[in-house]
Formats: sequence, C-alpha cells, structure tokens
Amino acid sequence: MEIPRHWRLKQQRYSLVGEVCPHCDHKIFPPRDICPNCGDEAKELFTFSGKGEVYSYTKIYEAPTGFDANAPYTVALVKLEEGPIITAQLTDLDSTPVEIGMPVEMVTRKMRNDGDERGIIVYGYKFRLRT
Amino acid sequence: MSEVIIAGIGQTEVGEHWEIGLRELAIAAIQDAVRDSGGLKPQALFVGNMLAPNLSNQAHLGALLADYAGLTGIEAVTIEAAGASGGAALRQGYLAVASGMVDVALVVGVEKFTDKIGAGVDAALATTSDSDFEAVQGMTLAAQAALLMKRYMHEYNVPKDGFAGFALTAHANGANNPCAMFRKAIKPETYTKAEMVSEPLNMFDIAPNADGAAAVVLTRRDLLPKDFPHPLVRIAGSASSSDTLALHDRKDMLYFDTAQISAGKAMKQAGIVLDQVSFFEYHDAFSIYAALSLEAVGFAIKGRGWKLAEDGEISLNRKISCATMGGMKARGFPGGAAGVYQAVEAAIQLRGQAEASQVTGAKIALIQSLGGPASTAVSHIFERFEA
Repeated sequence: MEIPRHWRLKQQRYSLVGEVCPHCDHKIFPPRDICPNCGDEAKELFTFSGKGEVYSYTKIYEAPTGFDANAPYTVALVKLEEGPIITAQLTDLDSTPVEIGMPVEMVTRKMRNDGDERGIIVYGYKFRLRT
Repeated sequence: MSEVIIAGIGQTEVGEHWEIGLRELAIAAIQDAVRDSGGLKPQALFVGNMLAPNLSNQAHLGALLADYAGLTGIEAVTIEAAGASGGAALRQGYLAVASGMVDVALVVGVEKFTDKIGAGVDAALATTSDSDFEAVQGMTLAAQAALLMKRYMHEYNVPKDGFAGFALTAHANGANNPCAMFRKAIKPETYTKAEMVSEPLNMFDIAPNADGAAAVVLTRRDLLPKDFPHPLVRIAGSASSSDTLALHDRKDMLYFDTAQISAGKAMKQAGIVLDQVSFFEYHDAFSIYAALSLEAVGFAIKGRGWKLAEDGEISLNRKISCATMGGMKARGFPGGAAGVYQAVEAAIQLRGQAEASQVTGAKIALIQSLGGPASTAVSHIFERFEA
C-alpha cells in the first residue's frame, strides 16, 4: 500500500503539471524546482498540452508485479511538444504499428493494481495515437 | 596518499545457488580473498549490494557479514549504487586505505537473486530506476535498455543483428573462466535466432541475473606479508560520477557522460592515456550499454561502438580486449557483486594467471561499473608493477 506516494503526485499523473523556469523559459517535467537547463530556481507551475511524438518504443511481455494483467504492453519515450521527454505506456493501439516520430496525445488510464485485490488502483497518464 | 595494493582476491562461481544463502556466498568469497592475501587482518568491510533488502528481506549487511566472517568489532557498512554497487564499494575501500585511515580494507560484493523468482525480481530491479516516473509505467530495466537500443539503431542505421558481436565475444571468453555461469562459445546463428525479449533487445543482449560473491583485500605496500607470492597490482586511478536517474531526463541519452567523466578522471590520476590500456572490462548488463561505454570512454566514435564488436576488434588481443573473462553476459550479472568480479578478474589478468583468456602482456586494466543506464559510473585503473 503506497497511498500517500501516489496521492501527492496526482497533478502530475492526471494533468501533466510541471514547471516553467522564469529565468530561461525552459519547460520542466516532472517538477524539480531547480531548472536543469540554467540551474536557477524554477517553481512556477506549467501545464503541458499532452501532445508529443514517439521518440523510442518497445514492448514488454514479462511484466513486473502489479502490471501482469496488462501484458503485453507497449512503452515509449514520448517527446512532448514543449520539450521534455517522458516515459509512458502507449494505449488504444489496436493493430496500428508504432513508429518513431508518430504523433501521440495524453489520456488518463488505469496504470497498475497494488498486487493485492483489495489494494489501490493507480491511475495516470498514457499516450494514444493522435490523428 | 598511500599506494593501494590488491593483496587478495576471491570469488564464487556465478549461477543459481539454490542451496547457498546470501551470507554463505559472501563468506566464501571473503575467506578466499583473505587466504589469498596471506592472512591479512581487515580493519574495515565495505559490502557492495544492490537488492538484498528487497530480494532477501535482509538489510544491514555490514554487521551481518562482519559477524559471520569472524570480524565482529570492525567498521562495516553497505554501499549501494544499483548495478554500480560493487565498483562503488571498491572505491570506498580504496579511499579508506589511500587516506591512511585504514590499513587493511576488505571489499565484498554479493547478490542473491534466486531468493525471489519471476515478476518480483523485475519489480525489485525496477526500484533502481525512477520509481515515480519510470517504474510506475510498468517499465523494466530490459525495456529501458530496449528504448535506448531502438533509438540508437534508428539514429545510426544499425542493421538488425548489429549487436551480435558483444554476445559472441563474451561467450567465447567465458568458456575459459571456471567461475562463469556460461562456459560455452556461441555461433552467430544463436544470436540471430534468439528469443525477442523487448524488441529490438533479444535474450543474448541481456546479461543473466545470477547469484555470486567476489571479494578483494586492499592494503598499503609496506604492510604486505614478507613472503607475498603474487605479482604486485596497484589501484592507480579511481573515480565516480553521477547522472540523472531517469533516462528521459538526459540531455543526450545516447552518450554515457558518467562513463566518460569517471574513466577520464581515473586515467588522469593514473597518468596514462587510452592507448596504454591493455584491456577494458565494461559493464555489459545489456549489449547497448557496452556499445555506449566503448564510445564514451573513447575506443569508438559516437554511433560506432557496435561496429567495433561486429569487426571482432574487442576480442582477446585485438584492438581492445573486452569482457576477457566473459563479462556480465557470460560470467553472469550478480548485481552488486558485478563490479567486484571485474576487480578480481582484472587482478587475475594482471598477475598473468588468466590462462586461455590471458591478454598478452597485460599491464594496465580499465574496469567500469555502471548503475542503471550509467546513472552512476565508477571507473578504476589497475596497474601491474615490479617490486
């Protein structure tokens, strides 16, 4: 059970809230309060559009505990339009072959169970093809 | 600063040791190393371990192993830096002796993977990545390496079996190592036909998780026993560097900055240049890591590390001998022990005792231990010298 850990990240998980650096305008996700680009303090919140493209991808057949029910699933590095790259699952793929450079958008989906039928279900961002 | 000598080495076979526990494994390697040193008495113990609190529900390995090794009373702590734990523990042992604060340091790396099986092992390994922003997406370390490999192949137009050379070299060399998990050379078809794990990464791009323990005893030259029987090997350089934990946070994920920084600093301290390195023990937990390490350290230009392997240039006594005792791929990947195995194997090479795997005229070794996709890199230069 890791309720507080997932609860306090709800803004990131549900709506891709990161930060923007007031000094160099660098967009930051996940938030870290210190700009990785210029090193200055960056605490101004910034909500990402959720649009991006596939930077790299692969498929997982043998999933870790908590993800078994979803396997096999596709994971990707998604380059957001505003700059940062994030790690996320691709969803709603049907039989569409994935390619590097493919446009995608963020959606909210079930991520995992707690590995225990009475545990919490974690929701968060995944990405689907954008047409 | 004092000169630090590798006085004793010890290792267990790497494999699935169902009948041997974490502590027995570590003690076997410790006893070997202490005996090999001529019975030096350690004053401090540094344990390299990655996942015992998770895999074996056992933390506080320093006190546990000092106790079981009959060394109760000495300083003893665990050093953790994911897959680089062994290299990081070696560096702590080195710093302790080099500073003059400790006369004899014992470094042991130990990992006991088989206390857990299946999805639990993948979940445990995933805790070494960014738990909130990578692992939560159902990522595994193999999938993370696959993402890196896919992008690398895309950017540099690498053919489908372009990474085969790493597994071929490792298995050819592992065949001569009595402690290796796999002691059989493989044919190119074995790689080509291997089962896909996470495309483009197949079974032979991944080092097998396995149990194992390795140990070294470090001391100053003037404290060696009078009749010390081995050729002298010293630690001539030692450095460590860190990068973003999450792969997606890198400015350029296709360049292992920490591998370059730590190797560069260690070579500078040793006063050597790359051409003087006799062999390179890289951290081939995944073949893409080996390629990126060759590039970062400077043996290949960016995007061409795979070609060095394909052309056979990393085989024994070619351009740069790599994974001379099988590397992670054939010797096996015993987690936090991996970096200490590299140290033991490098000492065997420099002592001239590697038999069929011997690098001709081996004088200087570069060994490099990585945590995750080089989120940590620890590099050491070992040098054989005449008394």
